[in-house]
Amino acid sequence: MSEDARLPVAKTHKLYIGGAFPRSESGRSYAAGDARGRFLANVAQASRKDLRDAVSAARKAFPGWSAASAYNRGQVLYRVAEVAEGRREQLAEAVARGEGTPEDTARSIVDTAIDRWVWYAGWTDKLTPVLGSANPVAGPYFSFTVVEPTGVVGTLAPQESSLLGLVSVLAPVLATGCTAVVVASTDRPVPAITLAEILETSDVPAGAANILTGSADELAPHLASHADVNALDLTGVPAEQRGALERSAAGSVKRVLRVPATEPDWTVTPGIDRLRGCLEYKTVWHPVGT
Amino acid sequence: MPHTAADVPFDPEDATRDEARLRRFLHGLPGVDRVGLEQRAADLATRSIKKSAKLRAIDTAIGMVDLTTLEGADTAGTVHALCARARRPDPDRPGVPPVAAVCVYPDLAGTAATALSGSGVAVASVATAFPSGRSSREVKLAEVGMAVAAGAAEIDMVIDRGAFLSGRYGDVADEIVAVKQACGSAHLKVILETGELATYDNIRRASWLALLSGADFVKTSTGKVSPAATLPVTHVLLQAVRDWQAVTGVARGVKPAGGIRTTKDAIRYLVAVREVAGERWLTPALFRFGASSLLDDLLMQRRTQLDGHYSGPDYIAVS
Repeated sequence: MSEDARLPVAKTHKLYIGGAFPRSESGRSYAAGDARGRFLANVAQASRKDLRDAVSAARKAFPGWSAASAYNRGQVLYRVAEVAEGRREQLAEAVARGEGTPEDTARSIVDTAIDRWVWYAGWTDKLTPVLGSANPVAGPYFSFTVVEPTGVVGTLAPQESSLLGLVSVLAPVLATGCTAVVVASTDRPVPAITLAEILETSDVPAGAANILTGSADELAPHLASHADVNALDLTGVPAEQRGALERSAAGSVKRVLRVPATEPDWTVTPGIDRLRGCLEYKTVWHPVGT
Repeated sequence: MPHTAADVPFDPEDATRDEARLRRFLHGLPGVDRVGLEQRAADLATRSIKKSAKLRAIDTAIGMVDLTTLEGADTAGTVHALCARARRPDPDRPGVPPVAAVCVYPDLAGTAATALSGSGVAVASVATAFPSGRSSREVKLAEVGMAVAAGAAEIDMVIDRGAFLSGRYGDVADEIVAVKQACGSAHLKVILETGELATYDNIRRASWLALLSGADFVKTSTGKVSPAATLPVTHVLLQAVRDWQAVTGVARGVKPAGGIRTTKDAIRYLVAVREVAGERWLTPALFRFGASSLLDDLLMQRRTQLDGHYSGPDYIAVS
C-alpha cells in the first residue's frame, strides 16, 4: 500500500534550556528503551556544560518570574494544563510505552498530571495568606512575615514516574516563583521532552523551567555543588547516594528538600511541603503610625 | 598573511605631509580580504584553553580590563564603588590582580583619581563630546584639558566619523594631533567606532590614520553603537599595530570595547592578540578590554577554576 511506503518522520529528542531546544553541547545521545527494553528513541545526553547553561538560564529568568504577580503565575500554570490537555493522547502513549502501563492507566496518569498543574495554579496566590503571618509583638510595631521564592531550584526528577512524578516536582517550584533546572528520568525521558514542548508553547517564560535528559548519576554531583543553585531536590536519587550530594550541597548552603526514601504514590493529592521547601520567610518590622 | 609590513610603502613623515598624500596613502593600503579575515577570526575562536592556561588567561584578562561606567545616571557614589572594585576585584581572594584602569566621564575623573590614588590603577576618561563627537574643536579640546587637569592619565577620544566617511581625512588627523597635544603626558586612545565605518577597508584606513596622527591606542567602539567590538574588527586593528611596529619599531596598543561580556569571549580575544600581533601585546600596556560586566564573569570563572565547582553572582560583588 502506498500509504505504508511513506517514511515516518522521526523526532529528534533534545534538551530544553532557556526556552530553546538545543542538542547537547557534547554531541552525545543515548538510546532510551521502553519498559521491555525495546528501542524507543534516541535522546540527547546532557553534559556538565549543558547543566551549567541551564542554571545560567534559570538564574537569568528568576528576576522576571519571581516578580510576576501570584495571579499571573497561576494563570501561566493553568495555561500549561490547557496546552497539555490538547496533547493527552501523545502523553498517554509516551507514558504507556515508557512505563509499560496499560493504556487506560496511562490515560489516568496523564489526567492526574494535568490536574496537578491546575492544583498548583490555584496555590500561587494562597502561599502568602497561608504561610505568611501578622505577628503579635509587644511594642508599637507591625511585624509581618511574608514568603519569597528561594531562587534557582535544581531537581533530580523521579526515575520511575516519568510524567506524573516529574510534574509533581516541577509544578511546585514554578508555583512559588522559583526557576527550575530539572534532570529527567534517565531511562524514561520521553514524557519529559513532550512536557518541555508543552511548557514552551504555554506562557512559561524562557528559562523559568529547564529540562535536561541524560544520566542523573553524572549530572547530580555538578548540580549539587553548583554555587548558583539555591535549593536541591534529590527525589530521583537513590537514598544511599543522597548523603554525598547533601554534603556537597552544604558547601554553598543550599536548601535540600526533605523527600521520602522511595518514590511516594504520586497519584495522592500532594500537601504543600514542596511549596514550602522552595520558599524563604521574610519578617518585616514596621513602626506603627508612619 | 594577508597584510604584511612589506605591502605598506611607508614613510610617516611623507604620508602626513598634506591631505592629498594622506589620502593616497590610506587608499593605497591593501584591501581587507573579508572572507579570509572572518574565517581566520572564527578559526582562532575555536581554540580550547583549559586548566592552568585558562586560569592564567583569566588573570591576564582581569589585569587588562578598563572597568567602565558611562551612564547618564553615574554619581560620585557609583564611581567610588567602581574604584573600590578596581583596586580589589575579588576581596575574598587576595591573588586577584587589580584592573588596568577605571573609565569614566570627564566630570567624574577627579572623583575617580582621588579614589584610586596610590593604587596603580589608572584613571581613563572619555572626552571630545563622547560618544558622538559632534561638537566644535574648541569644546573638545577644553573637555580633554578638563579631564587631564582632573587627573586622567588616559584619554579616550572619538574620531569625527562624519568627516572620515565624507573623506576629509585631514580634518580627522588634525583633530587627533590637536587632542594628543592637549593630552600632554596622558595616553591617548582613539575610538574609531567601527560599527559606523561600514567596511573593513575603512576600519583599516581609520586605524592607520589614528596611528599616523599619534594615537597610543586604537579602540574599536564607544559601546553605545551596535555592533560594538567584534573579533574580525579587532583582527584588523591588531594587524595595523603589528605592521606599525614592523615599520616604525614602536608598539601601539589595541582596545576592543563593548559587547565583550564573557570569559570565553575574552580568551578568544587574547588568542587573537597572541596570534595576530604577537606575545609582546599580551600586557595591559598594549591591550585592554573596555567592559563593565566582563569582570563579573571573569571573577566567577576564576572561582570555578580554583574551587572545582561552578560559582555564582552571589559570591562576588557584581556591578
